[in-house]
Amino acid sequence: MHIVVCLKQVPDSAQIRVHPVTNTIMRQGVPTIINPYDLFALEEAMRLRDLIGGEVTVLTMGPPMAEDSLRKALTFGADRAVLLTDRFFAGSDTLATSFALASALTKIGQEFGVPSIVFTGKQTIDGDTAQVGPGIAKRLGLNQLTYVARIVELDRDANKIIVERRAEGGVQVLETRLPVLITMLEGVNEIRRGSLESAYRAASAKIVTWNAAAAGITDLTKCGLKGSPTIVKKVFAPTPRAEKAHQVPTDGLAPEALADAVIAEIFSRQPSVESDLVRFSAGQ
Amino acid sequence: MIEERFDAIVVGAGPSGNAAAYTMAKAGLKVLQLERGEYPGSKNVQGAILYADALEKIIPDFREDAPLERHIIEQRLWTMDEKSYVGMHYRSEDFNEERPNRYTILRAQFDKWFSSKVREAGAILLCETTVTELIRDGAGKVTGVRTDRDGGTALADIVILGEGVNGLVGQRSGLRPELQPDSVALAVKEMHFLPREVIESRFNLKGNEGVVIEAMGTITDGMTGTGFLYTNQESVSVGIGCIVSDFAESGKTAYGLLEAFKNHPSIKPLLENSECKEYAAHLIPEGGYHSIPELYGDGWLVVGDAGQFVNAVHREGSNLAMTTGRIAGETVIALKHRGAAMSKANLAAYKRTLDETFVMKDLKKYKRIPALLHRNKQLFGLYPRLLTAAAQTWFRVDGVDKRSKENAILRSFRKGRTLSGLIGDAFKLARAWR
Repeated sequence: MHIVVCLKQVPDSAQIRVHPVTNTIMRQGVPTIINPYDLFALEEAMRLRDLIGGEVTVLTMGPPMAEDSLRKALTFGADRAVLLTDRFFAGSDTLATSFALASALTKIGQEFGVPSIVFTGKQTIDGDTAQVGPGIAKRLGLNQLTYVARIVELDRDANKIIVERRAEGGVQVLETRLPVLITMLEGVNEIRRGSLESAYRAASAKIVTWNAAAAGITDLTKCGLKGSPTIVKKVFAPTPRAEKAHQVPTDGLAPEALADAVIAEIFSRQPSVESDLVRFSAGQ
Repeated sequence: MIEERFDAIVVGAGPSGNAAAYTMAKAGLKVLQLERGEYPGSKNVQGAILYADALEKIIPDFREDAPLERHIIEQRLWTMDEKSYVGMHYRSEDFNEERPNRYTILRAQFDKWFSSKVREAGAILLCETTVTELIRDGAGKVTGVRTDRDGGTALADIVILGEGVNGLVGQRSGLRPELQPDSVALAVKEMHFLPREVIESRFNLKGNEGVVIEAMGTITDGMTGTGFLYTNQESVSVGIGCIVSDFAESGKTAYGLLEAFKNHPSIKPLLENSECKEYAAHLIPEGGYHSIPELYGDGWLVVGDAGQFVNAVHREGSNLAMTTGRIAGETVIALKHRGAAMSKANLAAYKRTLDETFVMKDLKKYKRIPALLHRNKQLFGLYPRLLTAAAQTWFRVDGVDKRSKENAILRSFRKGRTLSGLIGDAFKLARAWR
């Protein structure tokens, strides 16, 4: 079985700084890492491969230096790495990114076998949109399973998969047909270290590198800045709140009076909460 | 296990390991380099000064793309007491030469660059891979290494240990004794960011000119050690270090010393309005010649800090590391070309070659210094105080005649250390320096 895992190289958010004057993110010199959520997807993909056989291909779109993340994925134990890199992709939002990745996935299917499962992390730590995975599924007509916490069963003969999905208020157990796109939840497994042999292979492996043309992309208007309707209006660092906790005196108050006192205190500090609640109760 | 057999395995991607791996890979040898850090340089700490000569002998045109901060045109040696310092400064336009002699560097960047050269030369580098022990055959010859990764063994004709000051692999494999607290220093440093123009005006520099300050005296609070301040392009590195056994005996902390050093009236204005962005600590082997362990054996060589190659008197280390790494590499290449075995007898050529270089000559010259500095704490307390007091007596204009001032200064020295003590110290120093 062929499994593809989409990864993103992101700046290590623990080491990111915001320029004090321009309020822009200072990326220079900030170490990069594989988006942490994607590692859960990669480990799950390799676990399935180890169980039922097959291959894991990792795919990323990014600048040439994104190769580092791919080599890292190979060190963990992925079998093949594809880097999608082209200046036409610069400035892509989630719409353009899902277009490019979907095109590359089609090409991967032609070159290395059609994937039965495409994995992504649940979201990235730099964009935090959680849109690219579902975008790819839509474009490729794959059934999408988002926020998956566990793969319960994979029946290749019946071509079906059963997963547990974390949802508000509980766990959903979903069954669907392959091929699927799965966005994997965090904390569901732990990425392996990778053997010495896979580390060695990763160090000398050839990374499959495609530009837009090689990935079979002809419509460049759907790529990069041109293909991205999202407009970044402003990037800013929120100012730390000066005020922290506030204590409401409660001595001798009856429970209802106490609740009123707390609510009055909240409303006085966050007037929007009051107006929202009023609107909500009026059914608007 | 890695199926392929290598000509050489290099443990560590610091200056010594990189020099060895680069030299051998460049000559066409099949080299595997193992580094425990996330990337080369992630575990390495240094002041840091790069001495061009040692690197030039490995990568002659390194100045073209190596990340260098400032070339040093001025060296300041300070003897300090609590309120003052007596300094010897040397600044020369000669240091503004086309191929400068010394540079300040940031090791995290420099090591990454050096490692990229090693990989370009053809060596295979695996990071986040810790060598746990050496593999030996029945006859005791080292044939490879075991790592902490699954299936983690790799075999080679020779293993070069550039594993750094702690030398855990060598120690675990019985090649060297445990590091002794009195032959190793603990140094801490901070990086303080300042705008370029501020550094230039504060230190009287232009362009990429740089200054280094090396300091000793009461800053180490009676312990054997030194402090330093180096100028980088947009930051200043400030640090201090003392012998580990002194810390253990006194119960003092390294960060406590650094805080006091930074707040010294002579240092504080140099750091004013700076922002501390980074702090680090590391051990420095300072035992000198007598602490050098066995350097070679059947199938193995030791290079860099792992071989205690640090000249504590002149604050040189990375150049000794690169030189020992290069010579180890050249020794292996020569044996390989002759088709000779990597036996202890053949590898003795490494030590013989080293003996003829500045590395061994300098360490031999100063072989008595570490013990001297360790046993004569008056050098770090009493003498700096006498010296600064003498300077004050001499320079203060107060109606006292100069002959009386001279006599007062001489009296203060005799009172502080007695005449026989003074003569004894002078004799010991002269003998150790010879």
